[in-house]
Amino acid sequence: MEVTTSPVREPLITGKKTLHDITYDVCRHVENKPNVAWLLALATAMGVLAIGAYAVWRTLWDGIGMWGNNKTVGWAWDITNFVWWIGIGHAGTLISAILLLFRQKWRNAVNRAAEAMTIFAVLAAAVFPILHTGRPWLTAYWVFPLPNVFGSLWIDFNSPLVWDVFAVSTYFTVSLVFWYIGLIPDFATIRDRAKGIISRTIYGALSFGWNGSAKTWERYEAVSLILAGLATPLVLSVHTIVSMDFATSVIPGWHTTIFPPYFVAGAIFSGFAMVLTLMIITRRLFRLTDYITMQHIELMNIIILVTGSIVGVAYLTELFMAWYSGVEYEQYAFLNRATGPYWWAYGIMMTCNVVSPQLFWIRKIRTSIVATFALSIVVNIGMWFERFVIIVTSLHRDFLPSSWVMFYPTMFDVGTYLFTFGLFFTLFFLFVKFFPVINMAEVKTILKSSSDNTVVHHKIEEDTKVTTH
Amino acid sequence: MEKSRYLVGIFDDEDILIHAVKNMRGAGVRIHECYTPYPVHGLGSALGYRRSRLPIAAFIFGVTGLSLALLMQFYMLGIDWPMIVGGKNYASLPIFIPVGFELTVLISALGMVGVFMVISDLRPYGKAKVFDLRATDDKMVMAIDLSRNKRIDIRRIEDMLTTSGASEIHERSL
Repeated sequence: MEVTTSPVREPLITGKKTLHDITYDVCRHVENKPNVAWLLALATAMGVLAIGAYAVWRTLWDGIGMWGNNKTVGWAWDITNFVWWIGIGHAGTLISAILLLFRQKWRNAVNRAAEAMTIFAVLAAAVFPILHTGRPWLTAYWVFPLPNVFGSLWIDFNSPLVWDVFAVSTYFTVSLVFWYIGLIPDFATIRDRAKGIISRTIYGALSFGWNGSAKTWERYEAVSLILAGLATPLVLSVHTIVSMDFATSVIPGWHTTIFPPYFVAGAIFSGFAMVLTLMIITRRLFRLTDYITMQHIELMNIIILVTGSIVGVAYLTELFMAWYSGVEYEQYAFLNRATGPYWWAYGIMMTCNVVSPQLFWIRKIRTSIVATFALSIVVNIGMWFERFVIIVTSLHRDFLPSSWVMFYPTMFDVGTYLFTFGLFFTLFFLFVKFFPVINMAEVKTILKSSSDNTVVHHKIEEDTKVTTH
Repeated sequence: MEKSRYLVGIFDDEDILIHAVKNMRGAGVRIHECYTPYPVHGLGSALGYRRSRLPIAAFIFGVTGLSLALLMQFYMLGIDWPMIVGGKNYASLPIFIPVGFELTVLISALGMVGVFMVISDLRPYGKAKVFDLRATDDKMVMAIDLSRNKRIDIRRIEDMLTTSGASEIHERSL
């Protein structure tokens, strides 16, 4: 029997897996005792979370004056970090929704972890708008259209910040629902394998009574497709609206129509970098190299290359438009970005975001784990600096030269940022241990078409001979 | 609830299962349900299921979400407390599009998933009706309710299952 694997496409599942192997390889991490590497990773993340929690505590106790923001630079690390985290979240939805609509089979192995990353990144992002209100226990609900003590002076729907509240909370809710719907069948798999009473009860509760009936699968598929259809414009809208926080203002350097597409491309760019950072660690830690293959890594690197190039074009367009507009404030804003006191931040941004992804044109770099891991971190550093450059350099040169200042972060800015890192990684490490880190059901659907297991192919040929009784 | 007797056929492969379903149904056997570890395309139509109408539910919820969002914004800024902000109209449609869009998506997604949960009887601590524990691992399971197939001899059904490619056959009360 000849091998029926496509000679054109690389197999997406290697190691000659059967259906049961997939179940075993994913479930054993949930069922086995945690390994030392995972415990160390979790302890580190929780340590960072604890250090960050002190900074958050001081911010709440003493007020947001603990941060380095000043009268001129009223927005600084807080919104930089917020936009950075929200952007990172975008890759998860792109993989789970847009690649589903495009029928990209390789998404099946990475969508679960990427969606988890989305949800944790949005949670990390939410820390900043909540903290920046100063006393969140008094003010956090003011952003919602609720009747209030002022005789129902409603929130102002003219404000993009209000749109942002709706966009981010919808995004979080829909991503969470989408993720959970996908988890239900896999929780049922763990439940049916569980030996202990505790795990059977917990995963039994989480699996919502799923039994894999054909009718439910049919509905499940319909729900997944519609959710993907809803999440696709949603993910584009979220960063569009985030960019409008800036674009609808009259600050030179912010007031541009290019912002929405430019922000969305940047978000996907940084999101894929973070997915790669996490997946390279996870596949190593849990020995999932047969499911998250070099082929997956290469495809994600190509997306980084494409979106990185879009970001590069956007930077150049901004510079051109600043010159072409003839507006001297706009021209000054961009000249000041490149040559002013924050030239080094601009330089880091340009190097990390425009130059470094171009290395992925080289196949050797694109298919090297070490290079991919290093570049994924470089890209995320670059994308943080992009937001810092946009926000701080535009603000620190006010319309009134007497209020020109520099921004210096305090230890509490750093600490709050660390807090979100701790939060993100603690949640992520808990997720990889206790949840099925790969979508077993969806990977099983592509086993026949996209694995290197010739026995499975062989079997199909044999089996189709048995037709009538 | 009274327990029913079922004949359970276990299959190793999705294609054999679909063939078996077609054969059995062609021979007049009523299949209770099939259980698979992953979505099998073509199984639903082989079993004679109609296309899911959940997309219609999603659309209705979406329209509801959009209407509520627009009504809310027009009422709050246009009627209840009109205010001039930046010289703009009290209430103008373009401004209401972002929140309108977000609430369309939110209500549509939550509503559709809610309907899905209710009609599929999925709820926290829901009790799963499991014929074979391997149905969520690597086996395809076909369950035949014997009380609904009284006209056909049980032996004949077993034979049909075997010739259609079932690797195991059990009888279960559930």
